[in-house]
Amino acid sequence: MSGAHHSHDAAHHGAAHADHGSTKSYLIGFTLSVLLTLASFGVVMSGLVPHELMMPGIIVFGVAQLVVQLVCFLHMGTSPSQRGNLAIMLFTILILGIVVVGSLWVLHNMNVNMMHPTSQMMPVE
Amino acid sequence: MFGKLTLEAIPYHEPIVMITLAAVILGGLATFALVTRFKLWGYLWNEWFTSVDHKKIGIMYVIVALVMLLRGFADAIMMRLQQAMAASDAAGYLPPHHFDQVFTAHGVIMIFFVAMPFITGLMNLVVPLQIGARDVAYPFLNSLSFWLFMSGVVLVMMSLFVGDFAATGWLAYPPLSGLQYSPTVGVDYYIWALQLSGLGTTLSGINFIVTIMKMRSPGMKLMQMPVFTWTALVTNILIVAAFPVLTVTLALLTADRYLDMHFFTNELGGNAMMYVNLIWIWGHPEVYILVLPCFGAYSEIVATFSKKPLFGYKSMVYATSCIGVLSFVVWLHHFFTMGSGANVNAFFGITTMIISVPTGAKLFNWLFTMFRGRVEYNVPMLWTVGFMVTFVIGGVTGVLLAVPGADFVLHNSVFLIAHFHNVIIGGVVFGVFAAINYWFPKAFGFRLNEFWGKASFWCWLVGFYMAFMPLYVLGLKGMTRRMNHYANPDWQPYLIVAALGAAVIAVGIFCTLVQFYVSIRDRKKLTDPSGDPWGGRTLEWSISSPAPFYNFATLPQVRELDQFWEDKQNGVAYVQPAKYEDIHMPRNTGVGVVMGAFGTVLGFALVWHIWWMAAAGLVGMVAAFIVRAYDRDIDYWVPAAEVEKIERSRHAQLKQFQTTQVAPVAAPSRQKVA
Amino acid sequence: MSSAAISATHGALDDVLHGGGVDHHHHDDGSKTLLGFWIYLMSDCLIFSGLFATFAVLAHATAGGPTAKELFELPYVLGETMLLLISSVTFGMAMLNMHAGKRDKVVAWLAVTFLFGAGFIAMEVFEFAKLIHEGAGPSRSAFLSSYFTLVGTHGLHVTSGLIWLVVMMDQMRRFGLTDATRRRLSCLSLFWHFLDIVWICVFTFVYLRGAI
Repeated sequence: MSGAHHSHDAAHHGAAHADHGSTKSYLIGFTLSVLLTLASFGVVMSGLVPHELMMPGIIVFGVAQLVVQLVCFLHMGTSPSQRGNLAIMLFTILILGIVVVGSLWVLHNMNVNMMHPTSQMMPVE
Repeated sequence: MFGKLTLEAIPYHEPIVMITLAAVILGGLATFALVTRFKLWGYLWNEWFTSVDHKKIGIMYVIVALVMLLRGFADAIMMRLQQAMAASDAAGYLPPHHFDQVFTAHGVIMIFFVAMPFITGLMNLVVPLQIGARDVAYPFLNSLSFWLFMSGVVLVMMSLFVGDFAATGWLAYPPLSGLQYSPTVGVDYYIWALQLSGLGTTLSGINFIVTIMKMRSPGMKLMQMPVFTWTALVTNILIVAAFPVLTVTLALLTADRYLDMHFFTNELGGNAMMYVNLIWIWGHPEVYILVLPCFGAYSEIVATFSKKPLFGYKSMVYATSCIGVLSFVVWLHHFFTMGSGANVNAFFGITTMIISVPTGAKLFNWLFTMFRGRVEYNVPMLWTVGFMVTFVIGGVTGVLLAVPGADFVLHNSVFLIAHFHNVIIGGVVFGVFAAINYWFPKAFGFRLNEFWGKASFWCWLVGFYMAFMPLYVLGLKGMTRRMNHYANPDWQPYLIVAALGAAVIAVGIFCTLVQFYVSIRDRKKLTDPSGDPWGGRTLEWSISSPAPFYNFATLPQVRELDQFWEDKQNGVAYVQPAKYEDIHMPRNTGVGVVMGAFGTVLGFALVWHIWWMAAAGLVGMVAAFIVRAYDRDIDYWVPAAEVEKIERSRHAQLKQFQTTQVAPVAAPSRQKVA
Repeated sequence: MSSAAISATHGALDDVLHGGGVDHHHHDDGSKTLLGFWIYLMSDCLIFSGLFATFAVLAHATAGGPTAKELFELPYVLGETMLLLISSVTFGMAMLNMHAGKRDKVVAWLAVTFLFGAGFIAMEVFEFAKLIHEGAGPSRSAFLSSYFTLVGTHGLHVTSGLIWLVVMMDQMRRFGLTDATRRRLSCLSLFWHFLDIVWICVFTFVYLRGAI
């Protein structure tokens, strides 16, 4: 019997308790999300963070919140029932990275080389 | 009331279009009359249009693709004729704006409405049978995908007679495709036809991934799936990953045209190159979406007709997966000349060269499969060998174009045209015809005529080389693509040869049509009583031809690759079970047709800015879907007794065939060669 | 192989229809639908990736018009974010009640979720109207085109989610907690949380980055 069949059976049953979360997990997720959201906005709005640390700051807090929500709300994890979904998501992130980073790299180089008007407003490295 | 639509939209002044329109109307009326005369409407509606059977949906995809092939090929003939005539002082017979629409329609139709439905149709027909499943994961969604695709077809065909089609080239680059330079409805037809059919394609991509991941027969591990199913899996992953990008790109162009936005315009900060960048992020995976299933079909055919297991199954799977990932990091080679600089161009040039390596590995696998096999040169195998020779030439010119320096010379020349026709005709079209000849008996219960199949193959092969080799030369001489007229008389002889080549291909297409006619006429003689006409290796050949609507009375147990072949060797291939069981099947539904119809209305209304009608179309689509969600009578059970009756007659027929045959197709004596 | 036994045990709907006990491998047992829906969400994710890439490329293309820093009001965005975040938790409560088999509580929590979602949409529409009124509409510059399209696409998704919520509340009322309605609610739950995740990227890369 193939792994796929095992895992979908498991997903339906074994997971009935593990994967649906609990009031506690939702509340933990909610509290962490609120804190991280406030932290993100605080980095930019409070005026306490040096300018050059703002961008890294919001990215770190943003990514942290993504992870929190994936784990607490979407019940992502490495349990056998979730491994397939996790793999699909990682592949999606790879393609997403290629699309976003690739486009920025390609277009930035073109703007600089071709002296596109947009590049005049960008800091040229 | 009717937006931009007036009676002026019908191109009365174009004799070519009007003659076509007359032919279409007459043909349509004749078909309508015949269907009514023979009282076939009920049959068509109940057995085909509303069907959720993957085999029937697959057949409908292929039929529509064949019809659209005729339309797309008519465009090709018109272009070849124009270019053969329009040298120096001669203007040819097509005015520029018409010529521009013709080459755009040719590209769009051939990729989206010929190649894609051929591939989707084959996957529909074959994949569930190969993995021992009774249907796809979401049968209704499958029907919906088909009808969304059909609404795209209808819009493209309508554009011929009501308004015009895009005159921008098949990818509709802005700013040319923006409102300023393309103020007519042509680009809008393009956008909505592609959005509707693209939605259908994405949905069927999801459907097939789940089908392959979740519905394989008991015991079938991933590394025991037939190669065609593997390539189908990778293709559908590419579809789901790439088509959303196409959707976004077209949506942004739509926003520019309809909502006065400035993504790709010349003014207010728009950046047209972002469109080119995005559409090729979809576009390059798209060519692999088309060719990978064909690679899969060739693999099945080579193994079957060499009477040997496929050489290097694992390397085939890994090569397919590598191509799948690499196809996402080569897109910039379509626009080296954009000016991204040496670093960017070098990166994409090298990745492009790397992606040719797994493809080369596959070619060696096919050659080694044939090596010391008892190769049977029937029609599918001829297409396969023709592909192997032709595709290598196309691949080599592709690697040549991957050198950015060379590309600066050859970019947008007819050398490029020759290259991609070389890989798409040599790879995809040949593959589709090979696959049609190979799997036709499984769909209809009789084989296709060999003579006309061979005639078609030789015409295509010779015609292809005549039509495209001159273009390589012309490309090197500096002829650019999409020319309505040229001043250099030196080019004309080459273009006349190319036009003759197109004529030879036309004979090839005619032979295919004759092949269908002759085969249907002689279907008794060509009948396939065993269900295994070629001595096949995979599960689809273990059941009757045509396959029963439930595919498998009992789900086959799989322990190894080519399980059916093993079973035949061990004499246990056709064992009847002691007891049959009830089979759970999805019920037919007309919701897909209804949603497709509302989709057509929506697309047409958006093209012509008829807002009330667009709202009606959208609401109709959503409402039909919600109504479907309230329908709880969506499945039924086939009683075990009925299954038993069907299977009994199948086994009786099989037994009769085995005793009458002097040398049964699957007799071990013929198979031991490998 | 025990697949017959296993799949028969969870084919509850089939048992009702048919007495159960047969190997019906092909019945949609929920896990298939959830896998398919997850793949759909990932494809949706790639739609957003195209929009984010476009926004990133065009973020500075303001064509002399207003910039992100001049336009965006962060406290307002924080309010929107909180509404969406709360709606995520209320949906979680609906799901917990679904697993506990309490239909009326499910409907109640879905209604609460609907209110917070609708509040988010109302705030967004108001924000858009204000921008357009100030002359910073989507036609003003490539930057604003990409801003409206990215944020608007998220808004359209939330709106579809609201319609779906209404349909689900009605189906809960009519059909109760059947296999089909549970399956659909699980899909909607994924969809709703997924939109929250997209919103994290929106407020980080559009609003906060723009305000730096």
